[in-house]
Amino acid sequence: MPRVEFWQGNVSLAHGALAAGCRFFGGYPITPSSEIAEVMAEELPVLNGRFIQMEDEIAGIAATIGGSVAGLKAMTATSGPGFSLKQENMGLAYMAEIPVVVVDVMRGGPSTGLPTSIAQQDVMQARWGSHGDHATIAYAPSSVQECYEIAIKAFNMAERFRQPVLIMSDEVLGHMREKVVIPEEGSFPILNRKRPTCDPSEFMAYKPDKADNLPPMASFGDGYRWHITGLTHNEWGFPTNCTEEIAKKSARLMDKVNAYRDDIVEYETESIDDAKVIVLAYGSVARTALSAVRQSRNKGLKVGYFRPITLWPFPDREIEALAEKAGTVIVPELNFGQMILEVERAVHGKAGVVQMSLVNGELFQPSEILEKIEEVAR
Amino acid sequence: MPRPEVLDWLRNRFFPHMWCPGCGHGIIMHALLRALVASGKSREETVIASGIGCSSRMPGYLDACTMHTTHGRSLGFATGIKLAKPELTIVDVMGDGDCTAIGGNHFIHACRRNIGITAVVMNNNIYGMTGGQASPTTPLGAKATTAPYGAIDPPFDVCKLAQGAGATYVARATIAQPLLCEQYIKNGIANKGFSVVEIISSCHTQFGRKNNRRTPVDNLNFLKNASVPLAKSEGMTPEEIEGKIVIGEFVKRNAPEYTELYLGLIARVRGDKV
Ligand SMILES: Cc1ncc(C[n+]2csc(CCOP(=O)(O)OP(=O)(O)O)c2C)c(N)n1
Ligand code: SF4
Ligand SMILES: [Mg+2]
Repeated sequence: MPRVEFWQGNVSLAHGALAAGCRFFGGYPITPSSEIAEVMAEELPVLNGRFIQMEDEIAGIAATIGGSVAGLKAMTATSGPGFSLKQENMGLAYMAEIPVVVVDVMRGGPSTGLPTSIAQQDVMQARWGSHGDHATIAYAPSSVQECYEIAIKAFNMAERFRQPVLIMSDEVLGHMREKVVIPEEGSFPILNRKRPTCDPSEFMAYKPDKADNLPPMASFGDGYRWHITGLTHNEWGFPTNCTEEIAKKSARLMDKVNAYRDDIVEYETESIDDAKVIVLAYGSVARTALSAVRQSRNKGLKVGYFRPITLWPFPDREIEALAEKAGTVIVPELNFGQMILEVERAVHGKAGVVQMSLVNGELFQPSEILEKIEEVAR
Repeated sequence: MPRPEVLDWLRNRFFPHMWCPGCGHGIIMHALLRALVASGKSREETVIASGIGCSSRMPGYLDACTMHTTHGRSLGFATGIKLAKPELTIVDVMGDGDCTAIGGNHFIHACRRNIGITAVVMNNNIYGMTGGQASPTTPLGAKATTAPYGAIDPPFDVCKLAQGAGATYVARATIAQPLLCEQYIKNGIANKGFSVVEIISSCHTQFGRKNNRRTPVDNLNFLKNASVPLAKSEGMTPEEIEGKIVIGEFVKRNAPEYTELYLGLIARVRGDKV
């Protein structure tokens, strides 16, 4: 009999992270993410892991990156204002290629905004929040079960690609309770960072292996001596002003995700094949959208459902093909239009893209989306 | 000429260094390496972290586990590394701006936690790297590019700040006393908890040229003449101490170290025998 729990999304996410092998958490309390830190504070010492409450979110992610450099799988979690504070050090983790998982349980903004209400206003910040070009991997779970599973996937991707991976949860999901069926250990893959096998004198921390174009990573204290810097660097990790080395490093930060895009991109569809209208939604909103899609099917309307599970990389090619066939895509979001920009980019004008925005601290009602579907289908 | 054991700690591949000839920071790097060698530390088990600044470029030159992070935040990273692997020796080198301005909050909290890290604060009273702007340790009246009429902001006393915040080893020397620098860094490393070694450095390029200390020699002479040993300073009046640099060991005390407490907590919750 598999273990079954009745958990909040935040609690589920924390347990998923532990199942993935997370053994370090550095953070700072903020609603609506704090339960993640609280579970970690309780569980990590039992697993001989490490929890530390730092003096702010900047230090929270700094310590987390430090934990990863010392060889532990590491995570931090935050919300709105804290996500803004973490951006600079996330940039360091992108540049220095340090695996970490960063959770943002989205609440309303800007500023302190709506600490206890849902929003989806940080999805572009997830992509572009830290200065400079980098490739982003970001997941948006939409059920408490999925919070557990995505935590595991996020760690796998962070370890594989040596970079931050984001989980963009939201206030409703974080605090909602649902049944979670705990997958048996061994029933899901666990990836660990590739370690160097060379002699320590030959270790180049940023030289990708020929086979996969990804560099292995040592840990401080395991016999390898190496240099980490946020300055643009060569394959030794030393700062460089050489244009060729700069171009190579900068491109590799993008390529390592772009080249494996098909391994990373995830999405879910329902009744999409003959759809004339597609409702595209993510996170908690996808639940409302699915309910509206099913109701409209019951009314005989040809409506399909598309849920990006990875917001970044965005499933653009998949959407392009489906949207062209359907003709119209409705994009309900709890912001004034963020992922819709990606949808528009993806469909290249081959389909109509209809915006639905709600920014009042609440979720859409299924009836509101249904109404829009009927309006568009007419 | 540095001893061969010290030269082993240099990454020749990374030279020449980026410091101006005559920069005070090189004296501190040499003192740190002598202290590490004298403490019997191995390069594989030693982490040298830093933030951003001329001072913070030091780790790149050192053949250990080195991490050049973001401005002011290095103690956050160092804290994570120490907590994950308490057996490592961790030295965090930082500038005065790095430590007391943008990193001031992290600095006092590292002191409060008494985590086993040695902070070497390379205080040249200026933002060297960015072109000589005023820092929180720029003396009253001194000129800086952002204080062209003389600084009016009262400066921090790094050692008093560290002492007040709970560091268990606090000392100050200047680059005019390189052996004392070595000794204090060594004592700092030997301390189990959080150690702060403030070393008054010099930046003739950015600070000196605006404050009548144009050459490296002017700066060394100034620091030599301004230094007053702690014991001697105790018999001096505030007027006599004005403008002087008190050098010595201000704090040496025992208190539980943070990662020891955390490992103790782990043992307790796991019901391990200790
Ligand atoms: C977030 C951020 N703000 C500002 C800077 C620019 N900056 C680089 S070094 C520095 C000051 C360095 O002064 P200090 O720490 O005293 O080191 P020094 O160069 O004097 O050794 C500043 C402000 C930065 N790199 N990052
Ligand atoms: S600018 Fe000042 S601190 Fe920087 S290297 Fe030159 S002398 Fe040293
Ligand atoms: Mg300085």
